[in-house]
Parts: sequence; C-alpha cells; structure tokens
Amino acid sequence: MQKTEKKTTGTSEFHAENFKRRTRYAMVFIVLAIIFCAVIVLNINTGNVNISIPRILRIIFLGEGNEMEYNIIWKIRLPRILMAAILGGALSLAGFLLQTFFENPIAGPFVLGISSGAKMMVALTMIYFIEQFHTVSSFTLIAAAFVGSLISIGFILLISRRIDHMATLLVGGIMIGYVCSAVTEFIITFAEDSDIVNLHSWSQGSFSGMTWSNVQITAVVIGISVILVFFLSKPIGAYQLGEAYAQSMGINIKFFRVALILLSSVLSATVTAFAGPISFVGIAVPFLTKQALNTAKPLVVIPATFLGGAVFCMICDLIARMAFAPTEMNISTITSVLGAPIVIFMMLRRKRVR
Amino acid sequence: MNNYYLEMKDMSVGYNGNSLIHHICIGIEKGEIVTLIGPNGSGKSTILKSITRQLKILGGQVVFDQENLMGLTYKKLATKMAVVLTERMKPELMSCHDIVATGRYPYTGRLGILSREDEEKVEAAMEAVHAADLGSRSFNNISDGQRQRVLLARAICQEPDIIILDEPTSFLDVRYKLELLSILRSMAKEKQITVIMSLHEIDLAQKVADKIICVKGDTIFRYGVPEDVFEEQMIRELYEINNGYFDPRFGSIELPKPAGEPKVFVMSAAGSGIPVYRKLQKNGMPFTAGILYENDVDYQLARILAMDVVTEKPFCEISDEAFEKAVQQIRKVDTVIDAGVPVGDCNKKMSELRQLAMELGKLRDRVETGIPG
Repeated sequence: MQKTEKKTTGTSEFHAENFKRRTRYAMVFIVLAIIFCAVIVLNINTGNVNISIPRILRIIFLGEGNEMEYNIIWKIRLPRILMAAILGGALSLAGFLLQTFFENPIAGPFVLGISSGAKMMVALTMIYFIEQFHTVSSFTLIAAAFVGSLISIGFILLISRRIDHMATLLVGGIMIGYVCSAVTEFIITFAEDSDIVNLHSWSQGSFSGMTWSNVQITAVVIGISVILVFFLSKPIGAYQLGEAYAQSMGINIKFFRVALILLSSVLSATVTAFAGPISFVGIAVPFLTKQALNTAKPLVVIPATFLGGAVFCMICDLIARMAFAPTEMNISTITSVLGAPIVIFMMLRRKRVR
Repeated sequence: MNNYYLEMKDMSVGYNGNSLIHHICIGIEKGEIVTLIGPNGSGKSTILKSITRQLKILGGQVVFDQENLMGLTYKKLATKMAVVLTERMKPELMSCHDIVATGRYPYTGRLGILSREDEEKVEAAMEAVHAADLGSRSFNNISDGQRQRVLLARAICQEPDIIILDEPTSFLDVRYKLELLSILRSMAKEKQITVIMSLHEIDLAQKVADKIICVKGDTIFRYGVPEDVFEEQMIRELYEINNGYFDPRFGSIELPKPAGEPKVFVMSAAGSGIPVYRKLQKNGMPFTAGILYENDVDYQLARILAMDVVTEKPFCEISDEAFEKAVQQIRKVDTVIDAGVPVGDCNKKMSELRQLAMELGKLRDRVETGIPG
C-alpha cells in the first residue's frame, strides 16, 4: 500500500519534470521566433537608405512605393537577409552534425578546415569557368564546394583514424585550413584583375550581392538536407552514447557515418559556395542552443540550432553592414568577435566540469 | 546434438584481421550466467566485442537463437541483445532518464518518441535496479555505482534475451558489486535472461556464475561449471600466481606464507587461530599449527599459511602419532601461542600439550602476544 503510494508520487514528480522541460523547449522556440521576426524587420529597415516600417510593409505586401525603395528591398535587402538566415542555419546544423560525428563539442566546419577546402575548390572553379565561359552557375559552385569539403573531411578522417585525440584532430583541421587558404591566396594572386574584386570579398566571407536565384537554389538544397537531418535525429540521439552503444541499439554504423559526413558536407559546402568561409558559427550556436534548451536531444536541438544559426547570422550581417557604414565588414570578423569568446568559455567550463 | 541458445563453433576472434584467440567452442543455455575470467589483456573483451558484433568474427561461426549471428540485421539483434560496456561515456546534457530511455530505441518509431508504454518500461527498469530516484539527475554528475546501475537499467528496458556486460563491477565498491550481481542473478532466474560478462573478481565469478570461461593465451584455457574450474592449481596457472594463494572453497585470496624455520607453534580451534595466523604472516614470522581437526575452519587457513600443520581426522580421539608430532614441533619453536582451544572428550591431549609448553616456558596466550580476539 505504502509502496504504490510512493511510486505514484515518483511518477507525478517525473511528469512535472517532463512538463517543465517541454515548457522550456517551447519558450526557447518562441523567443527565437520573436527575435527572428524582429531582426528581419530591423535588417530591411536599416541601411544607407532608411525605410520606415509602414513603408516596408506596403512595399512587401502590396507592391506599392517608390521604385528606388522597392528595388532596395526586393533586389538587395530581402534576398540578402534570407540568405543570411538559411546559410546561418545550415552552418550551425553542419557544426552540430560534425560535433556528433567526432564526439567533440569544438568540432565545426571552419576549425576542421572543411570550409577552407570548399573555398579552395570554389576559387579554382570560379577562375576556370569565368576564363573559359565567362559565367559560372550556382550548382557548379555548390558541387565544387562539396568536393572541396569532402577532400578536407577525408584528410580529417585519415588523421582521426590514426590519432584518437580531440586536440590533435583540431590541430589537423586547422593545418588543413591553412594549406587550403594558402592555395586559395595563391590562385587569387595570379587571377585576372577583374575576378579578384569578386573573389576577394567572397573569400573573406560575406552575404553581399545575393540574388533571388541564389536564394531559390540554396533553399532547395538546404531544405532537403535539413529534412534528411531531421529524420536522422533518432540515430543521432543513439550515437550520442558512443558508437558501440549505437550499434547495439540497431544502427548500421557504417551507413550512418557516411550519411552524417555527406549531409554536413552539403550543408557547409552550400554556405561556402555562396558566402565564403564563416568562422565559429558552427561551434557557438549549437552550444548556446543546447544550453538554452538544457538538453542535447536531436529532435529539439536540430530545429532550434537551425533557427538559432539563422538569427545569429542575421544579427552578425546587420552589424557587418551597419557598424562602420558605409564601409561593410567581413561577416567572419563579426562572427569571430562574437563566437570566439563563447568557444573559449566553453573550453574553460569543460575543464572545470572534469 | 545439443541445442544451445548461443553457441560459438570454432570461433576465432581478434583485431584488424589478426586472430588472437582461436578454436573457441562454447555452448550457452538460456537463462545461464556465464562469466569470463582471465588475466588482464587475455582477450576477454575481444571475445565479448565479437559476440556483440563490434568486432568481426575471424573464423568459425556463432549460432544465436538458431540463427547465424553475423547474418542478423543490427535492428533484429538489438531486440534480443543488450550491452553494458566499459568505455566511459560523457554524454552532454543527458539525464539518467534519457540514458535509460535510449534502451527503448529498437521499439520506437521513426523519430524515436517514447509512447506511454515505453515510459512505463523505462520507469520499471529504473526501479528494478533501485535507481528510480535518479531519473532527473544529470548522468555526468552521479557516482560510478549509480552510473553502472543506470546503464544496466538501460540494458534491461531494451528487453533483451541476453545481456552482455564487460567488467560491470570495476569502479564499484563492494556494496554495489553485490547489488549489481544479485540483480543479474535474479534476472537470469526469474526472466530467463542469459548473461555473459567478464569479471576481474574471481571470488565473485565463482559465486555468481553457472559456467566459467577461463581465457588465457591464444585459446580457452578451461570451460565448465565453477565447481570444476575453481581448483587451486587451475587458478594458479590461469593467472600465473607464484606468490600467493587462492582458496577455491571460499574463493578467498591469501598473500604468500612466511617461509623459513618455524619460530611459533599455534594451538587453536574453531576459528580462534585465524587472527593469530594473519598477524604472524604480516610480521613475517614462520609458524606451525596443530593439532587441528581437518574439518576445523582454522585448518583451511593454516594449510595455506603455516609451514606445517599437525592434523587429526574429524571427530576422532587424538592419536599418539599426531600427539608425538606436535610435541616435536613444540620442542623446536621458541613460542607456543594458545589462541584458545575448548577441550572435550576426544581432544583431551590438547591440555597435555599446553602443560608441556608451560613447563618449557614457551606458552603465551593471545593477549600476551598482542593479538586481538
């Protein structure tokens, strides 16, 4: 009698806990959504030409307004902000996948040299195609970036197979990053003058000059990848206990690992193809999201990380555009300034926990 | 033809294609607890990893529930086999409940959301290992003993027919060791769950297992029921013990006896000699003991620690032969310790021995020698 009583209190306590958890998840999503909307409005509103909010709404929803403002919003600011959102989300998600894969919270597309590998291949392809055909399609760039990502990841996997040590892995990634960047600089140095202008700002990371066709292609590629990642959330959750346990729960590890690598490569390659390498977002955003949610459950972390990355990159882009307007800064400058301290904080905290 | 639940037929195991242990032929019945023992690095884990398919089997075959183990899909295997591994994991931001819930993985839908029934099974599993109160605690902030219980709960709620555990008792204090093993014991008995595990503590292996597998060198050294496997010589060879003793009757381990010319003769009965022997051994003082009946508990330790023991058959009057031997021993030594011997009809000669020692001025009682009773 007494025992059953005790059990019910235990269960109800647990349900209360569960309710608290879900409320927390909901709060995080609501807050992120509110910031997301606010930043979009702010981003469209501010710039060298200020456009008031009622006029923005009229232009977007009714298609009215003077032509200059219409063009600024529709041809420049809207595609740019959408790209920042989609690519930021993709980059964060790529970081989350790589952290899961390497069982290392400081892994990410930038520190592992994956972005730099993609950058190198995109630079090569751009120069070759522009010289030969005077044009290069978005898909070609994505494909080139994807190949570059896989080359870098291949090297990282070779290293990680030989040395199973977190710090060594990162040093390996940073070295690969430097080599790829050096090759890229070399290519740019010998490229035609006309290419350099474009290449240079791109190779430093920037969301400027985005078009609607960019947005379309990116949305399709990233959209499909994100859906696939979301449906991998169950095996990702199992993989968080380590490879051996994951296998004992029925996961085909080989297949799963290949899927993780390919998806994280597509995500980070697409980002690099359009916006160049962007640092720290892939580490900082998943960390912050997990802390805010107080869980690592992929089912909630995947969408929250995507949303969080979108918000983070939109804010960074806003700062990049506005801080020293009319001069625009590299996006990586801002993400580094905001992201690097978070990563350092993470490392210090891990030391203390251990 | 015996139909085993899990049968290794001429199995070879090893890493990276190098076979380390060959010709493993072992049949395991349903509901048995099978324990692997053997020195460090002998390949206990390698065998377990091969059965759980973390490693490829390099030769032979494993038949599991009448199917070829290697032919099973991982998914199907997951509904039949659960594991508790030694690797220490540090899952990020996961509560104990989350960890246990991963055991339901093979049964949940595409997104892995737990149903009400799953939740109940998680809770039942946590209760079975007395970890119900840990649910909301972070897995990284609990003790080793709690962690091991949570991992066992995880394995239990996977509802397996067989659980494989790699050294589940390492890092645990004696209370948790006993608790863990008794949970396994009752699972095997009540739910007919087969348990295969490796253990370092041979004494516990002897007490918990139905079958023992001794792993050494490149083959299975011995396989059988504990009663057959646990012979002193066997254990000595298995672990290459050359400076200590293993007593198979109680599963106790003793340090080597002090060697040399005996200086002390210990008279005792019914356990009164044990603390004296231990004290003398710690002081490195060689001794002899007697006259002990062969069914006396003192005899079990004396035969391991004393240079010589004068014995008599149980329930018989002390023979002249034994008495004479004891007299000689007493004459040889410097001291005779009387640890306390109740004298009755058949061992009246013990009082004569005591008398002799007193006359020779060698008799001390345990208080004088500073040995606690």
